[in-house]
Amino acid sequence: MTDLDATDRALLREMTRDAGRSAAAVGDTVGLSQPATWRRLRRLRDAGVLAGQRVDLDAEALGFGVTVFLGVKLATKGRVSLEDFERAVTAIPEVQLVEHVLGMYDYRLRVVARDLSDFERVLRRRIMTLPGVGDVEANVLLSDERRPGPI
Amino acid sequence: MLDDLDRRILRQLQADPSLTAADLAGRAGVTALRATRRLARLEERGILRGRRARIDWTALGYAVAVSLRFTLEKTQSNAFDAFISAAREIPEVVEIQTFLGRVDVRLYVIARDMAHYQQLYRERILALPHIAELEALMTVATLKNDESLPL
Repeated sequence: MTDLDATDRALLREMTRDAGRSAAAVGDTVGLSQPATWRRLRRLRDAGVLAGQRVDLDAEALGFGVTVFLGVKLATKGRVSLEDFERAVTAIPEVQLVEHVLGMYDYRLRVVARDLSDFERVLRRRIMTLPGVGDVEANVLLSDERRPGPI
Repeated sequence: MLDDLDRRILRQLQADPSLTAADLAGRAGVTALRATRRLARLEERGILRGRRARIDWTALGYAVAVSLRFTLEKTQSNAFDAFISAAREIPEVVEIQTFLGRVDVRLYVIARDMAHYQQLYRERILALPHIAELEALMTVATLKNDESLPL
């Protein structure tokens, strides 16, 4: 576990807001020189705290109007069926997130689609045909807010 | 609205968000100037909203992650707003999503360990207003999380 000081926290907040800037530009916002910023960012990357980047795209403007979260229960359980299911589900391009969970479902999936009828196609042809799939619950995403977290 | 080149650039950028305009140009088979212009235009149109750093909370000692799924008391007209603004006050809440379906709101909560989670759950989560029902899915493993759009 890594200990963070106030400057590290400020840098992390800046990087989650905009990671596309140079070390000099990020340093400016927290009152740090370019070399000092660069060293701190490298340390945070080496410690695994800064774990890559994601591109924030306007999904709707790109024609993906619907995001659905699915809770999936497996009908049959066993090591082989878990592996088969996981291999098949992670390969579906419309499935953005696969989480193995404990609770009333076995997996949580985030599925993106052009519209509801496109979602229905993905659900019927790709999800319901997955090996071992049992109960599926769908909730359509209305809003999605990312918080800075405890930094 | 998007042409083939826009799609090629965005696909490459999604695959590796740390690529520079020159790298992207090479992979998309155009000059750096052309790639830079396209990126600027995608930003101007609000399609490319930015690159955000991902924080690996486990590297910061947050070993527990739980999806809490809420049904709210909808007889209160301000239930959603009151619930969400109270949830924003909890630093360990890293995602707030609203849904159309059986689940109204989902909070993604991180904690250092189970004792910390139990404390958060009792003192902060159960104190949120207008909860009708609540269920928890504890994340065991995240098998895929790239948030890429199938462009």
